[in-house]
Amino acid sequence: MESKGAGYEVIYKRPEAMTDAKTIYCPGCGHGIIHKLLAESIDELGVREETILIAPVGCSVLAYNYIDVDGCEAAHGRAPAVATGIKRVHPDKMVISYQGDGDLLAIGTAETIHAANRGENITVIFVNNAIYGMTGGQMAPTTMVGQVTKTTPFGRDANDVGFPIRACEMINTLECPVFIERVSVFDVKQIVKAKKAIKKALTNQKEGKGYSFVEVLSMCPTNWGVKPQVAADWVRDVMVPYYPLGNFRDR
Amino acid sequence: MSNKVLMKGNEAIGEAAIIAGCTHYFAYPITPQNEIPAYMARRLPEIGGTFLQAESELAAINMVFGASAAGTRVMTSSSSPGVSLKQEGISYLAGAQLPAVVVNMMRGGPGLGNIAGSQGDYWQATRGGGNGDYRTIVLGPANVQELADLTVKAFDLADRYRMVVMILGDGFLGQMSEALELPRPSGEHFEKPWALTGAAGRKHNVIASLRLTPEGELERHNLKLMEIYRQVEEHERMWEADRCDDADFVLVAYGTSSRISRAAVNILRKKGIKAGLFRPISLYPFPYGELKEAARGAKQVLAVEMSAGQMQEDVRLSVEGAVPVDGYFRLGGAIPETDEIVRKVESYGK
Ligand SMILES: Cc1ncc(C[n+]2csc(CCOP(=O)(O)OP(=O)(O)O)c2C)c(N)n1
Ligand code: SF4
Repeated sequence: MESKGAGYEVIYKRPEAMTDAKTIYCPGCGHGIIHKLLAESIDELGVREETILIAPVGCSVLAYNYIDVDGCEAAHGRAPAVATGIKRVHPDKMVISYQGDGDLLAIGTAETIHAANRGENITVIFVNNAIYGMTGGQMAPTTMVGQVTKTTPFGRDANDVGFPIRACEMINTLECPVFIERVSVFDVKQIVKAKKAIKKALTNQKEGKGYSFVEVLSMCPTNWGVKPQVAADWVRDVMVPYYPLGNFRDR
Repeated sequence: MSNKVLMKGNEAIGEAAIIAGCTHYFAYPITPQNEIPAYMARRLPEIGGTFLQAESELAAINMVFGASAAGTRVMTSSSSPGVSLKQEGISYLAGAQLPAVVVNMMRGGPGLGNIAGSQGDYWQATRGGGNGDYRTIVLGPANVQELADLTVKAFDLADRYRMVVMILGDGFLGQMSEALELPRPSGEHFEKPWALTGAAGRKHNVIASLRLTPEGELERHNLKLMEIYRQVEEHERMWEADRCDDADFVLVAYGTSSRISRAAVNILRKKGIKAGLFRPISLYPFPYGELKEAARGAKQVLAVEMSAGQMQEDVRLSVEGAVPVDGYFRLGGAIPETDEIVRKVESYGK
């Protein structure tokens, strides 16, 4: 550890793989935390100079401004296809697709399922905040039953628009994926677990094992219309019971 | 000694792409171009390349996006309804300034239409079917040799201008077999310092079409693209003028309809009627000035198309009212008839 001043040791600092840019995420948003976990994992695996990160459409569209690796944009929902194209050219590089719930489970469901089904040796980080953040809080495929959003003003009605989709469970029906885990970032203990899962998912790719999927239950206090702490509690009390945390597959 | 081979049009495209150094190909099956994916599935593994059948055209074009961003030569092919789906990705490729070759072997439309050859996607191809201010270079081959030659050229153009180049053929061209001399690679090399290869020893690269900030950045980017398109318009016009010098009647046609038009010109010339054929080969950039020159002194210009006069608009723009423009059009997969064209030209004499 690098030391700073007499008797002090730096034990916590900005990851090398993060740029100096200030993020635009709202206070209490999960994206910033998840970015940091990803950057730390990249540092610890020493893969900053061989990583290509796909920033999708959604609040994380500017991820390449924050994470200091080669970055690629993808059209809304198409990140797994873009990742496939990149990986097929550079099988030895670390390719990470970082997507929200609208991106991954609505417009990009086909690309999601098929990249997983092919067992592309990529890592998908799926940020499930139960809402469309960037466009101002519309219903997502993961919006909870009864949850009020801009487009479910009376609460999500399962009889009308179906039940929230569980991504890990769906991907767990496929043969090829090697690692599927659902984590969260609603408190420090969960953040530590999330970090482990993300790092594992990247390690798998580095070792050429195949497709790894990490779902992160996250907060969008702005569009949920609550304070950051209330948002974190809501993930724990409302989302977790429906989206059980834990490992679904580790081969 | 000639090294001619007999090849189907669609397969000639596949082989030419490999000759040009295309290492990756992603597509979703659709008639009448299915010989291209079949050919690539067999050939690409032989050269250590990648063939992948995508789950949809949307996925295919976005795989192309990724592979191009990663710095390789990449192609996709489809036919009309499939190319409609690819327009999302083509717009993103344009915005991100990524090179790629897209083949459209057109079929009858709109909608599911039919599987016969057609030229109904001219507007979509030359005007851009995706969102935003952008252009794609569009090449209109008329025989199997040209399908191959222009495919090789397309890869160079794509890399030179960092843009999408479309080969705009049709079902008839794709299905016909003709002798061709296999093209040679141009050998021209294009550096790609912008490609995503991992940021080893350099600042990280970003491939994106999003330009939110600062104020006016997107307009500046769009203006930069317009400047590239001006260069393309200046340097990449391709055309053929056949017996236009003394022609009273100038037929204008590309691709399959140009073959039929040439047959009509032959008949008309035998009858002592001075007819000529002007064939645009690059449809964007359209050879406006060259057509105007070819039609100078003519009594009548006639656009012959397998669409409802889509190219005719460019013909009108070319001659700028100096010569009357008429059209003979067959739609929905129908083929123009030589006799009909001849009769139409003869009718102007009366
Ligand atoms: C083709 C297309 N349709 C719609 C949009 C508008 N859009 C931008 S972000 C977004 C939703 C993003 O939600 P999510 O993926 O959950 O990410 P979040 O913003 O919540 O992080 C939508 C619908 C778009 N950019 N492109
Ligand atoms: S809108 Fe929601 S997801 Fe987007 S930055 Fe704000 S809190 Fe995060």
